[in-house]
Amino acid sequence: MNAKELCSVANAKLDAFVTWTALDRSNLSDGRKLAVNYFIVAVILFFAQLLFGMIAATQFIFPNFLYGWLDFSVNRMVHINAMVVWMLYGFIGCTYWLLEDESGTEIVGLKFGKLAFWVLTIAVAIVVLVYLFIQIGAGNDTTLWLINEGREYIEAPRWADIGIVAVVLTFFYNVVATFSKGKWSGIAGVLTLDLVALAGLYLAGMFYMTNITHEQFWWWWVIHLWVEATWEVLVGVIMAWSLMKLLGVRRKIVTTWLYIEVALMFGSGILGLGHHYFWIGTPEYWLTIGGFFSALEPIPLVAMVVHAVYDSGSHAFKNGNHPALAWVIAHAFGNFFGAGVWGFMHTLPQINLYTHGTQWSASHGHLAFFGAYATINIAFFYLAIQHWRGDVWMSGGTQNAWRWKWALGLLNVGVVGMTIALLIAGYEQSFIERAVEGSTWSGYFSAQNHPSFQSAMVWRWFFGLMTFVGLILLIWDLLTIGKTENRKVIVN
Amino acid sequence: MNEENPLWASESFWKKVAIWVTAGSFLILVVLTFDSLSQTEVGGKRVQAYSVINKKIDYVYQANLHKFMPVIGETELLFGKEFTEEEAEKLVTLGKKTTQAKNCMNCHTLLGNGAYYAPDLTKAWLDKGWLSKELREDLMVKFLLDPENNARTFGSNRKMPNLHITPDEAKGVVAFLKWMSSIDTNGFPYNFKTIYATEE
Repeated sequence: MNAKELCSVANAKLDAFVTWTALDRSNLSDGRKLAVNYFIVAVILFFAQLLFGMIAATQFIFPNFLYGWLDFSVNRMVHINAMVVWMLYGFIGCTYWLLEDESGTEIVGLKFGKLAFWVLTIAVAIVVLVYLFIQIGAGNDTTLWLINEGREYIEAPRWADIGIVAVVLTFFYNVVATFSKGKWSGIAGVLTLDLVALAGLYLAGMFYMTNITHEQFWWWWVIHLWVEATWEVLVGVIMAWSLMKLLGVRRKIVTTWLYIEVALMFGSGILGLGHHYFWIGTPEYWLTIGGFFSALEPIPLVAMVVHAVYDSGSHAFKNGNHPALAWVIAHAFGNFFGAGVWGFMHTLPQINLYTHGTQWSASHGHLAFFGAYATINIAFFYLAIQHWRGDVWMSGGTQNAWRWKWALGLLNVGVVGMTIALLIAGYEQSFIERAVEGSTWSGYFSAQNHPSFQSAMVWRWFFGLMTFVGLILLIWDLLTIGKTENRKVIVN
Repeated sequence: MNEENPLWASESFWKKVAIWVTAGSFLILVVLTFDSLSQTEVGGKRVQAYSVINKKIDYVYQANLHKFMPVIGETELLFGKEFTEEEAEKLVTLGKKTTQAKNCMNCHTLLGNGAYYAPDLTKAWLDKGWLSKELREDLMVKFLLDPENNARTFGSNRKMPNLHITPDEAKGVVAFLKWMSSIDTNGFPYNFKTIYATEE
C-alpha cells in the first residue's frame, strides 16, 4: 500500500468514526467550535499522559523495561508535559466556551484564534516527537533551543517557549477584545487579570542561568505561581460560571464568592511560593514566610467545597447534566484534599526537611493535579458534549449512564489509590533514606529496595491501570453519551 | 452598611479586598525577590564563587545552628588544576548545560527538585559512594562516560543509560556538582555523612 492509498484509507476510517459519533457541529457557535477543538486535543494529551505514566510506573518495578529506548527520564517528561499542556488546552477551551455567553457577543478575532490553535497544536506535536525520538543533545545552547531545556515541567525548548507566548498573547487579545466589544462582568475582570499574570509569569522561565539557585528561584515563579495561584483562580472563574449554568446560582452570589476566593487564593498562594525556597540556597527567612503562608493555602479550598456543596444543596441538586455536576463536586473535594490537605501535610519546613524530593511530592502531585484541574476540565467536557448533542437531557437514570458513573468511580478510586501508595513510599523514604541514613546514595537505594517501597510501587501500578481503564471508559462515554436521547434539557 | 446587605457580604467590599490583598502580596514578593537574588549572587556567602572548585568542600553539623552547613577548606584541586574564576565559570557552565541537555532532572533531583527515580545530586560530590577523595573524580568521570559498564545500582537494577556525554562535558558535570555541593541549603539534606566523615 502506498502513501496515497494509506491516506485515503485513513480518511475513510476517520469519516466512519465521525459518522459513528453522530455529533452535529451545527449545534455549536463558531466560538464553541474552536473551544471543542481545544477539548479534543486535551483528551488526546490526557491519554498520552496516562500512557507514559504507566510506562514510567512499570519501570519502577521492572527497570529494564524499554531501557535504552524510552528511558524513565523521557517517559516521565512526556507524562508531566502532556499533563501541563492538556490542562492548558482544557482551560483555553473552557474560556472560549464561556466567552461568547459571558460577553454577550461573538468572539473578536476568531480567525487568529483558529490559527493560534493550529500553530500550538503543530508545535506541541513537534516538541513531543523530538522528546521521543531525539531525546537529548550535547551540553550547549543549541540543545536548549531546539531539543529540550531539561527543566522539570517546562522542558519545552526555547523556540517552543516563544511560540507559546505568541499563542497565549493571541488568546489574551481575543478575550479582552471580546469582553470590550460585548460587556464586562466580575467574572470577566478576574479572568482577564488572571490571564495577564498567567502569560507574564511564563516569561520568568525562559532564561538560562548557571547559578542554579537563581534558576530554580525563577523556575518556581512559573511553576508555583501557575499551579498554586493563577490556575486556581482560573478554575475559580470556570467553576463560578459552571455553577450559574448548571444550577442557576445567582450571579451576585457567584461573583462575591469569586472575589473572596481570589483574596484568599492570592493572599496565601503568592507568598506561599516561599515553601519552595526552603532548601535551594535562598535566605532563611523563607522558612518562616513560606511555612506560614503555605499553611494558609488550604483555606480558599475549604471555601470552595462549602461553596459547591452549599449551592448544590440549596438547589436540591436539580440540574440537567448529572455527570458534569458530579465532576464539579469531585473537583471541590479533590482540590481540597489533593492541593489543600496533601500539600499542607508536608509544607512546614520542619517536616519538609525530610520529605522534600521524595515520593511525598509525587503523592501530593497526583491527587492535586487530578483533583484541582483534571476534574473541572472533565466537568466542562460534559457540558460541551451536552450542548454539542443539541442540549439533550443527561441524567443518572438514562440509558448507558453506567459508563459515566463507572468512569467517575474508576478515575477517582484509581488516583486516590495511587496517592495512598505513593504516600506510603514517601513515608518509608523519609524515614529510611532521610532520617536514618541521611540522604546518601546508599541511603536512597536502601529505601528504594525496601519491601514496603517495592510493594507500594506495585500497588501504584495497579491503581494506575484502574485510572487508565477509567479514562478509556470516559472517552467512550464522552463520544456516546446522549446519542440516543431525544428529551431536551432546559438550559439556563 | 445596612441589615439586608452587610459589608462582609457585599460584592464591592470583597472586590476591593481581593485587589488590595493581591497587590500587597505581590509587592512583598517583589521586594523579597530583590533581596533573595542579591543574597544569592555567585561569590556571596550563600552561593560560592565558581572557583570554589579549587577548594576542599565539606558539609558538617553546626551544633550552635542546629543544622548542617557547607565548610570551605584548604586547596583541593579538581583534575589537578587550579582554575581561575573565569575558567571555573566556563567549566561549571558547561556542566550545568549538560545536566539540562541530558535531562538529568527527570530521573534525579537537584537541590531536591526533579524526579525520584535516581538519587539527589545536591551533595553528590560529597557522597561516600565514591569510596575515597583520591578515587572520586576519576570514578565520577568514568561513570558519566559509560554508566552501563560502571553501573552503580546498589542492588536496585536501575541503571543510568548511556547519555553520550563527552569527556569535557563529564568534567564540566563533576565541576558543577562540586560547586553545587558548596551552596548553603539551610541544612538540607539533614544528617548527611560526607566522604570525609567516613574517612576520619
